[in-house]
Amino acid sequence: MVAMEKRSLNLLDEALGLEQQTDPWPLRGKLLLIEDCVETSGSFVLHHLVKRILFPNSSNIIIFLAFSRAFSHYDRILRKLGCNLVSQRDNSRFFFLDMLMLQCPDGNEGKTSEGGFAALYGKMQKIICALPEIYKNHVTVMIDDVSLMEVAAYGSSDHVLDFLHYCHTLTSDFSCSLVILNHEDIYSSMERPVFILQMEYLADVLIKTQPLATGLAADVHGQLTVLNTGISIGKGNLKNKISNFHFMVKENSVEYFYPGSRS
Amino acid sequence: MAESICRTLRDGSLEGEHAPALTIKDTAASPFGFDVFAYVLSQLSSFILAGKSQSRVVVVVAFTRSPSFYVDLLKRRGLDVTSFHKWIQILDCYTDPLGWKGKLVESGNAMCISDEASSVTHLCKDVRDLDNLYSLILELGKGLAGQGKAHFSVAIDSVNEMLRHASLSRVAGLLSNLRSHDQISCIYWLLHSDLHEVRVTSSVEYMSSMVANVEPLNPSASGQRWDSENVSLLKQNFQKGKLNVRFKRRNGRVRLMCEEFHIEQSGINFTPVSSEDGTINQGLLPKVQFSLQLSEKEQTERAKVLLPFEHQGNGKPIQIYDGRRSLEDNKNEATLASTGNLQRNEASGEGEIIYFRDSDDERPDSDEDPDDDLDI
Repeated sequence: MVAMEKRSLNLLDEALGLEQQTDPWPLRGKLLLIEDCVETSGSFVLHHLVKRILFPNSSNIIIFLAFSRAFSHYDRILRKLGCNLVSQRDNSRFFFLDMLMLQCPDGNEGKTSEGGFAALYGKMQKIICALPEIYKNHVTVMIDDVSLMEVAAYGSSDHVLDFLHYCHTLTSDFSCSLVILNHEDIYSSMERPVFILQMEYLADVLIKTQPLATGLAADVHGQLTVLNTGISIGKGNLKNKISNFHFMVKENSVEYFYPGSRS
Repeated sequence: MAESICRTLRDGSLEGEHAPALTIKDTAASPFGFDVFAYVLSQLSSFILAGKSQSRVVVVVAFTRSPSFYVDLLKRRGLDVTSFHKWIQILDCYTDPLGWKGKLVESGNAMCISDEASSVTHLCKDVRDLDNLYSLILELGKGLAGQGKAHFSVAIDSVNEMLRHASLSRVAGLLSNLRSHDQISCIYWLLHSDLHEVRVTSSVEYMSSMVANVEPLNPSASGQRWDSENVSLLKQNFQKGKLNVRFKRRNGRVRLMCEEFHIEQSGINFTPVSSEDGTINQGLLPKVQFSLQLSEKEQTERAKVLLPFEHQGNGKPIQIYDGRRSLEDNKNEATLASTGNLQRNEASGEGEIIYFRDSDDERPDSDEDPDDDLDI
């Protein structure tokens, strides 16, 4: 238990195969999709990953596409978790692209949303290409969140998918990792939720936050299901791993535990 | 059965017939269509390398995976990298499908990436232009196989991506043109069927002579694709599933087969469905409390029962009543019946069926037209 605390490992890290916290970074070249719903926000997973990726002495870089919140919001939260985003930004390890005011980004290619997204992709590729050689293969692209991207594209999910496809090519060109947040319940009434299904087919790891099936509880905020189809965890012969556990979001941390394991 | 799919693709097309075409389809409940796709590709590749197949070259149209992914995949399966350029071509629709990167290069943000895949890769910069795509596929195939009689195979890793960029009729046109091309020996593609309406899936299936359907072993009861209330079911469905294959013959005959697969670290593994008939039958039979099937003991006992007509094998000549004459060893009743004199055997008190014909002339089915009195 003491050893566990020392390495600050939790069930989520285990499910993602982060226990071998060294080279090569286990999430390299993978796509993580976080799906949440309005009762249980999944942004804490995003914050947790930012902290893990920017651990001290690592050569990891984050490019953060923020469609939902301003920089100060993330800065405050990460500071409580023990990670200073301002200094990381000044050290060029955290690139924050503020997309809040983006109404179909019109780059130099005219007014179509496709051109806008192409320009945004160009910007990201430029950032990566400008990095020193040792950092080039340690980039994580994070998108918070894709549903607002759809809004920015005036509802054209095809353009968003095109953009995501180009982001996906970064995973093979530069071994980037990709972390995407989306809201599942937005699509729940559709008979064929094509947009979210497309992303699920692309994803190597799918993380779902859901409320408890049994209803509200005072000391459990929800459950996490992690479906890991792309990251080898090493044990056993089976490729796909599924973990399911409960979580509780606290002021400075998040507690993860198996159902019934906490007294 | 995965074997017999690969054999059919290996054997290729007959002169003047369409090439055999395979649709691999899956849904989010069991998203392992790509594993099957990769398996078929590696089998086909080893057939080509061994010179066993009709085609000499395979053209992979890569929409969802990078060319280097395919090169790594085939390398992991133990195929010889140095000879790749002789028998495989990858049409890269993954790296730059809409030409965004091309424009960046023009504006001075060049990015050069080269790896060992580049020698067998050809970049397609606009996947929306299907005519161009068609001619590129043919060009790549003919480039290696040569003109004339030499054949090549085509593998398309996502029809969904094609459908996202072009209309169904255009995509169907492309697939069917490829299928009917002289030099193409076989063609197969992957389709995630839940991304499209049923009519799209079926029109793609119409164009294929084989359909391999990847299904979960235990479809969740609620019909939802993700039933997190039942994690153990989810666990099972993400480790194994079943592959239902439908073969369509030229004459329209259809054969259905089923196989189980396991997803393992090393790839996908196929096993015949355990005691094949048994499981299939069990799947079809409704779950009832009483037994609808015979145990082995019951079956042997049943085989021992003498059926009525078998009683006669006791040395005497075997005679089967043909409705005209009585059996010799039958006594009164039968004799009376055949001569037309019917007497009820009231004394014995037992019921019996006595049949006699009206006359020997009457045929069971008269060839008279029953309707010939109608004036039409």
